[in-house]
Amino acid sequence: MKTNAIQKWSKVLLILLGIGLIVSIFVPIWSIFLNAPQYPEGLAMYIHSNKVSGEYSIINGLNHYIGMKEIHADEFWEFTILPYALGIFAILCFLAAFLNSRKILYTLTGVYLLFGVGFVFDFWRWLYDYGHNLNPQAAIIVPGMSYQPPLLGYKQLLNFEVWSYPNIGGGIMIGAGVILFILAIMEFKLAKKSV
Amino acid sequence: MKTYQKIGLAALAAVSMVACKPKGTKNVVSGDAAEKVYVAPGKHDEVYNFVSGGFNGQISVVGLPSGRTLKIVPVFSVHPENGYGFSEETKPMLETSHGFVPWDDQHHLALSQTKGEIDGRYLFANANNTPRVAKIDLTTFRTTEILEIPNSAGNHSSPFLTENTEYVVAGTRFAVPADGQGDVPIESFKENFKGYLSFIGIGKEDGKMDITFQIEAPGFNFDLSHAGKGKSHGWFFFSCYNSEQANTLLEVNASQNEKDFIMAVNWKKAEEYLKAGKAKKMAVEYAHNTFDESTQMAKSEILKEVSVLSAKELKDICYLIPCPKSPHGCDIDPTGEYIIGSGKLAALIPVFSFDKLMQAIEKKDFSGEFDGIPILKYESVLHGEVQKPGLGPLHTEFDGKGNAYTSMFVSSEIVKWDIKTCKVLDRQPTFYSTGHLMVVGGDTAKPYGKYLVAYNKITKDRYLPTGPELAQSAQLFDISGDKMKLLLDFPTIGEPHYAQAGPAELFTKNQVKFYKLEDNKHPYVTKGEAESKVVREGNKVHVYMTSIRSHFAPDNIEGVKVGDEVYFHVTNLEQDWDVPHGFAIKGAQNAELLIMPGETSTLKWVPLKAGMYPMYCTDFCSALHQEMQGYVRVSPAGSNTPLIYSLNNKKDNAQSPVKQGETK
Ligand SMILES: [Cu+2]
Repeated sequence: MKTNAIQKWSKVLLILLGIGLIVSIFVPIWSIFLNAPQYPEGLAMYIHSNKVSGEYSIINGLNHYIGMKEIHADEFWEFTILPYALGIFAILCFLAAFLNSRKILYTLTGVYLLFGVGFVFDFWRWLYDYGHNLNPQAAIIVPGMSYQPPLLGYKQLLNFEVWSYPNIGGGIMIGAGVILFILAIMEFKLAKKSV
Repeated sequence: MKTYQKIGLAALAAVSMVACKPKGTKNVVSGDAAEKVYVAPGKHDEVYNFVSGGFNGQISVVGLPSGRTLKIVPVFSVHPENGYGFSEETKPMLETSHGFVPWDDQHHLALSQTKGEIDGRYLFANANNTPRVAKIDLTTFRTTEILEIPNSAGNHSSPFLTENTEYVVAGTRFAVPADGQGDVPIESFKENFKGYLSFIGIGKEDGKMDITFQIEAPGFNFDLSHAGKGKSHGWFFFSCYNSEQANTLLEVNASQNEKDFIMAVNWKKAEEYLKAGKAKKMAVEYAHNTFDESTQMAKSEILKEVSVLSAKELKDICYLIPCPKSPHGCDIDPTGEYIIGSGKLAALIPVFSFDKLMQAIEKKDFSGEFDGIPILKYESVLHGEVQKPGLGPLHTEFDGKGNAYTSMFVSSEIVKWDIKTCKVLDRQPTFYSTGHLMVVGGDTAKPYGKYLVAYNKITKDRYLPTGPELAQSAQLFDISGDKMKLLLDFPTIGEPHYAQAGPAELFTKNQVKFYKLEDNKHPYVTKGEAESKVVREGNKVHVYMTSIRSHFAPDNIEGVKVGDEVYFHVTNLEQDWDVPHGFAIKGAQNAELLIMPGETSTLKWVPLKAGMYPMYCTDFCSALHQEMQGYVRVSPAGSNTPLIYSLNNKKDNAQSPVKQGETK
C-alpha cells in the first residue's frame, strides 16, 4: 500500500473545490437586503469578488440623510486582490490533487483558514466603519445610534430591516474551508496510520 | 266625461300626490354587496377602468370593484398639476390648425386590441370640439400622440377600433362643408354639407397614427360607431341621425323621420379603391403631434393633404340600414353577427343580422337610395326587435354569454336581454338618467364580463350636495349571475361618457417604473450635478439643472435680468420608482413641473420685476423636501450683475465654488 498518496476521493474533492473557488470569482459572495415601509419591494446589494452590484446607488441616496459614506467599488482595495487570491487557492487545490501532495494540502488549508478569518475580520471592520463613521453634518442625527449592518443574519436599523447572508460565492468559500479542514485532518490521520 | 269631472279628478290626483308623495327610487342593495367591492388595504383592484372626462378633456383611471380613482391622465386639457401643456416639452401636444387649443370635450375611449381582445398597449381617446384623436401609451399612462381630423366638426363617432387595431375611426357629428369651403349660406345645407368619416391607420410596431383615407358621405350627423369583428371584420357601422338634413331647430326638425340609418361601411373595399387610385387628394390643414419618449419632447407638424373617397361615386362601399328612430349607439356583439341599433327616440331595439345584410347586398334587396347610397330593406336585414325594452335606449354592451345590456336614458335603467330571442331577461334601476354603460371588455370578441358600470348624468340625493352642480356618478353592477346586482355608487370626475376596462394584469405587466437616465436623449439633459450650468444666449438664459433628494443643482443663480426668457431644464436624477420632484418659481405665469425619475422637463419663466425669486420642489419628496429650494436674483434690465450660479455657496460650508455662467 502506497502510504504517501492522497486518497482518490480526496483528490476528486480537491478538484471540485478548485472549480468551486473559480466559480466564486464570478458570482456574488455576499447579499445584503434592506426593507422599509416605503420600500416594500426591498432593496438588495450584492458583494462580488471584484465589485458591488444591485441597488446600492439607491441605498447611497437614502443613507445621506444619516451621513453614511457612499459605496463606490473603486474605493475598495479588496476588490483588486480577492479574485487573484481565490484563483491562487483554486490552483493550489489542483496542485495538491495532481502532485499528490499532502504538504500542499496542509499549507493550502492553513493559509486558506487564515485567509477566511482575515476576510471575515476585514468585512466586519468595513461594516463597522461604514456604520460608525458618520458625517457630523448629517441631517438626521439620532443620539447614540450607529448603523452597522449585521455580519450575518438580521438587524433593525431605524426604519430599515437589514439582512446579511452569504450568496453562492460565500457559500462555496465557507464550504471550501470546512471541507479543506476535514480533508487535511483525515489525510493527516491516514498518513500517521500508514507510517 | 264632462270637463268639470275631469278637473275634479285631476285635482284629487294632485291632492293625493301631495298627501302621499311616492317614496322614489331608493335602491335596495343586497347583503353581500359591501363584501364584493371591498378591496382590503394593500390589495389591488381587479380591473382598471379608463373613464372619459367629458368636458374636462382628461381621462380618469378608476380601480374596480372599489371605485377608487387612481389617476387623472391629461389628454386634451392643460394640467397645471404636472405641467402638461405648460412645459416646453408638452406644449406642442395641444397645437392644432387653429393654434394652441388647451381644452376639449372628451367622450369615448378604445383600448387597443389584437384578435378582438384587449392587448394592454394603447388607449385611444376622441376630442369632440376641435376634432382630434389621441393615443395614450399604457406603459406610462401618458399621452404620446394627438392627430387632428380635417373636414370634420364634432368628432363624436370616434375613436372606435378594428379588431387588430388596424384603424381607429373619426366620424363627424356635424355635417360640414369641407375645410376651406365653409363660407356658404347655411341654407345650402343639402348641397354643401357632408359627413366625413376618417380612417386613421395605426402603425403595427410604433402605433403611429396617420389618416389613411376619408369617406365623403351624405350630410348626416354621425353619432356613434363600432367595427365588425370575426365574420364582420372588414366592415364598420356608424349610426346617423338627422336624415331629414335639417339645419335649424333639430329637436323638432330632425325627429320627423320614423327611421334614420345605420351606415355600413366596407372598409376593405374602400382600401381597394384607395389602392386603385380612386381617391381625390384634398388640400387641408391639420396638426399631427407626437411625443418622443427618448428625447422626452413633443413636436407638432401641420399636414396638408388627405385622400378622400366619395361614397356617392363608389357605389359598393357604403350601405344604409334603416333604423328607428334617431339611432345613437351602434354596437356589435362578440361573434360579429349582430348589429344593435339604439334609436334614442324609439320604443324598441332593432337587432340586425350581418349574414342577412350580406345576402341582401348580394340580392340587391334595396328599397331606394339616399344621395346615391343604396338603402337596404329593413325587414331583409332584421334579426329581430326587442319589444318594450324601456325608454330611450342608448348603448349596448355584451357579456360573451349571449346576453346584451342596454342603457335606458329616459326610464333610468339597465336592461338585460337575450340576443338570440330578443327577450328581456332583467332590468335594474339606475340613479339617474344613465348614458353610456360598460361591461369589462364588453365591446371585444371575448368580454371579461363580471362587472357592468353605468355612467349617470344626474345624481340628485345620491351624495352630499356640492352646490348647484352635483357630482357625476357611476354605478357598479355584478352581472355574473342571472340577475344584475347593484354593488356600488361612486362619484366620478368630469362628465363620463364611454369607458373601457380590462383586467389589471394586462396593464401592470408592461409598467414603466422610471426612465433610465442613460437613455435620456433630451437636448437639454443634465446627467449629473457636475454638468449643471447656466448659459446665456442673448436674452435667453438656459439653466441646466438637476434635482435629487433633497436639493437642486444649482440652487442659487444671479445675473438674470428683467426681460430675460429663462428656461429651467430640470433633470430628475433619481432612478427609483415613485420619486418625482416638482419645480416651481415665484410669479410663474404658467405652471409648475412634476418631473419623473430620469426625465427632463422645461419651464419657461419671464421675470417682470427685479427682485429675489425663490424656487422650490412642490412634491414632498423626502424628510428634507422643505429644504429643497434655491434663489434666483433678478436685476433690472441693462444692469451688469455677473451671471453666476452655485450649489451651496456659503463661505462657511462651501462644497463647490461659485461658477461663472457661460455667455454665447
Ligand atoms: Cu423634491
